[in-house]
Amino acid sequence: METIKLVYPVEGGDLIEAGEASSKMKLTLKKLGLPQDVIRRASICMYEGEINMVIHADGGQAEVEVDADQIIIRMQDTGPGIPDVTQAMQEGFSTAGQTARELGFGAGMGLPNIKRYSDEMKIETELGKGTTVTVRIKIPQ
Amino acid sequence: MTVQQLQQTLGWTAFHMADPGRQVTGGYAGDLLSWVMGRAERDCAWFTIMSNQNVAAVALMADVACVVLTEGVVPDADLLRRAEEKEVNLLGTGEDTYTAACRFRGCLE
Repeated sequence: METIKLVYPVEGGDLIEAGEASSKMKLTLKKLGLPQDVIRRASICMYEGEINMVIHADGGQAEVEVDADQIIIRMQDTGPGIPDVTQAMQEGFSTAGQTARELGFGAGMGLPNIKRYSDEMKIETELGKGTTVTVRIKIPQ
Repeated sequence: MTVQQLQQTLGWTAFHMADPGRQVTGGYAGDLLSWVMGRAERDCAWFTIMSNQNVAAVALMADVACVVLTEGVVPDADLLRRAEEKEVNLLGTGEDTYTAACRFRGCLE
């Protein structure tokens, strides 16, 4: 299987409409015939990343690479950056605003969920420049 | 048990049936969306009072068998549209979440 590269822009601002990039990726992964558990884990990672980009960074971009062994998802934004990554990784810690909370987000589970469902996770962040979250999900052979 | 059997047995409302034959193997109750994605298992029935369209996206990502809106909550027009687009089974009941979950549990046994 050749490496397939996909790029999904994530619109900022509208949390109600969030999830379109994740939905499209999920559909593509299904068409590729990947195992259901792999698709589910990749979809949850992507959706959590997408929600974070909308809430904290006014959007961004997700690049997805799929080959026979793995899925790599790189979620990149030019938002404010994360001041304390260790704190952000704690379940229950959130800086999301009231609107996000009213919609059911802001439970402080976004990054922990990405870690839970990925095989590897890397966060690169710089205050005032942005954040890139990269995850790897292995495809069982 | 299928989603349709569940809906008919318990007399719940079918707001949208995308895949009535889908098997339901467990349940999860919760309204915080990320919490649901972290904890709910695939093929479960998800009980919630949230009715905005993000519910359809979470149901799709978490790959739940169906969403059950409890407490008489009715989906708004956007959620209904999203459920149709994303092929999410969307049910509803006037029962509170505890009662609905208990009756559901009885069906699974």
